[in-house]
Amino acid sequence: MDKKRRDFLKVAGISTLAGLGGTAVVDKIVAGASPAVANASTAAHAEKDTAHAKAPVAATGKRYGMVIDVRKFQNDPSLGEKAERACIEAHNIPEFPEKKDEIKWIWMTNYENCFPEKSQLYKDETTESHQVPVFCNHCDDPPCVRACPTKATFKNKDGVVIMDFHRCIGCRFCMAACPYGMRSFNWRNPRPFIKETNKQFPTRMRGVVEKCNFCAERIGVGEQPACVEACGESKAMVFGDLNDPHSEVRKILKENYTIQRKPSLGTHPSVFYIV
Amino acid sequence: MYDSGKIIPGLIIFVLFITIPIWYNHGDAGNAPKPELPKDAKSCVLSAEDMRSGHMQLLNEWRDEVLRDGDRGTITIDGKQYQKSLMLTCMECHTSKKKFCDTCHDYASVKPYCWDCHIAPVE
Repeated sequence: MDKKRRDFLKVAGISTLAGLGGTAVVDKIVAGASPAVANASTAAHAEKDTAHAKAPVAATGKRYGMVIDVRKFQNDPSLGEKAERACIEAHNIPEFPEKKDEIKWIWMTNYENCFPEKSQLYKDETTESHQVPVFCNHCDDPPCVRACPTKATFKNKDGVVIMDFHRCIGCRFCMAACPYGMRSFNWRNPRPFIKETNKQFPTRMRGVVEKCNFCAERIGVGEQPACVEACGESKAMVFGDLNDPHSEVRKILKENYTIQRKPSLGTHPSVFYIV
Repeated sequence: MYDSGKIIPGLIIFVLFITIPIWYNHGDAGNAPKPELPKDAKSCVLSAEDMRSGHMQLLNEWRDEVLRDGDRGTITIDGKQYQKSLMLTCMECHTSKKKFCDTCHDYASVKPYCWDCHIAPVE
């Protein structure tokens, strides 16, 4: 067949026009059909935004939380160590010799690391010389849960943010998402570094993230978290349902001025500190 | 056919050669595994057949119920209460992983990752 350049250009030009025109027509049709949908969605959005603006969302179900009395930790410096040990023993947490491998669920840290948003200028002596216990805040709006691609970390029906280690693929998005740095990654096989094995709780394997689970396995059977139990009668740590107006935590919250960690981020932590 | 005297024996030898795995192992599938059953427990959470075919699904269901749904309800057998737990219920009666789990898993060449995290009974 004799194909001339002139013929080819004609066909190509007409096809291009038809293509452009076609998409324009399709766009028009879609645009004609969509305004109602678009309006509906923006309306829904607006409604959601206003709902969000009303600070405390209506309390439904349980929301476990904790109140930490930092003053009691200052009065009895052994408490922090006790709580850490109890947690390590309860959850088969490995103790690696090198800091870079460290796995921590609860630990003591300096005031300025716990509350970086608070003023650090001219700190009083007690604050300067004592440490504050930190662990997962079990946020009401947890950023780690949003980041997890496999739903390995999730908020359970009691408002506790826990890990399903079976599902964790070790991507560490949750670690990047947690604004408090409360998660640890198993760079190495933790098994050989567990000093005393607790038969009631599994260990972890290399390549999974772990963090405080508010002792979900203990509160599930009506016990107190291990750290709370370790603090014993001192009431330095009090655990309970924040949604129950008659719970002990709510009573303490009513009687004391408390602060949360980085409240401006809007994660709504469930751990409160009396400083 | 040219050279049929060489080709046909050659083909036969070739076929025999590539089927070595079939006739070499013929009639010798290895002894069926005999997992050691607990002596003091008579009944499991399900019948033996159901456990044999579906223990992996059951374990997954237990995991999801306990961890995801927070449903830690117990199972009652012969008036005794059992938790939904591999470490605390299954291995309570089946005290040996080597003599129970591993016998079949090795035979079937399956490598479950349960014990990467869960703690097997001391043997």
